[in-house]
Amino acid sequence: MDNMTIIAVASIVIAGITTGFGTMAPALGEGRSVAAALSSLAQQPDASATITRTLFVGLAMIESTAIYCFVVSMILIFANPFWNHVIAQVGGK
Amino acid sequence: MRLSPDEIIFWQHGFLKLNATIVFTWGLMLVLAVGSKIITRKLSTGLKRSRWQNLLEIVVTGIEKQIEEVGLGQPQKYLGFLGTLFLFVAAASLCTVIPGYEPPTGSLSTTAALALCVFVAVPFFGIEEQGMGNYLESYVKPTFIMLPFNIISEISRTLALAVRLFGNMMSGAMIIGILLTITPFIFPIIMTALGLLTGMVQAYIFSILAAVYIAAATRVRKPKPEPDAKHSSMNYDNKRRYYG
Repeated sequence: MDNMTIIAVASIVIAGITTGFGTMAPALGEGRSVAAALSSLAQQPDASATITRTLFVGLAMIESTAIYCFVVSMILIFANPFWNHVIAQVGGK
Repeated sequence: MRLSPDEIIFWQHGFLKLNATIVFTWGLMLVLAVGSKIITRKLSTGLKRSRWQNLLEIVVTGIEKQIEEVGLGQPQKYLGFLGTLFLFVAAASLCTVIPGYEPPTGSLSTTAALALCVFVAVPFFGIEEQGMGNYLESYVKPTFIMLPFNIISEISRTLALAVRLFGNMMSGAMIIGILLTITPFIFPIIMTALGLLTGMVQAYIFSILAAVYIAAATRVRKPKPEPDAKHSSMNYDNKRRYYG
């Protein structure tokens, strides 16, 4: 395998793994936080406004870790700096 | 496939580029500004009012209430900044129902600009409320060791604000693009509807997070107000005078 193939394979495989594994933990965390919020909503319906707002903000915080992974894998696929480097080198020759 | 609307270029002359992000951003600004100007041209204080005025009043009072619930004492003061953030991000994602439109928030430059606005506004409001000395002192609380961590958190949350909004908007457009090639008819519509919901939630979160950051920066050390919070907002000024 030449360098180009190695870079292409590594980028594609790692992009998949990044999103796949990177969304696992946030999904578990979001599930736990929603479950906790639902049970506290059932216990105290009066505090629904506060609980919902805090839940949304917390979910956004948790979700952003998954979004980081997604952005990284999108960069690996569509705007890969290593790939561009190799293409430029091949073009220069 | 495009990663962002930056890559659609309408007009180019030398290094000057007019891409879709700029065009749609200015279009949205025009619609929001001219629309609210036209609506607020003839406001009525009586019982009879136009339906557009009703709409604007609902929006403005809703934002005001949310800001107040976060813990900012005078929502009027922050309404301009936070309300603009919310309305722009919400309008940017709601307009995706228009064919041919690309949300400008799907470009990292737009969201970075919005996040930088928050980054600048937090110390601005903090210094205005607490004074320069007190605000700078809040960086070394509780001990001096926390100074680098406070600075890092300030920078990283700005980055997080920008990347979160960008990632959500971009992923929405990307998923619709991918689904269009696989299952062209039904599923893209469902995902578009879901994208509208995500866009509203992201707009809400963006402005609420900005409000939370500002509230953390402007918190003046004073005794907690009484539980009857309904009246506390009205005589807030008296209380400030009283507690000094």
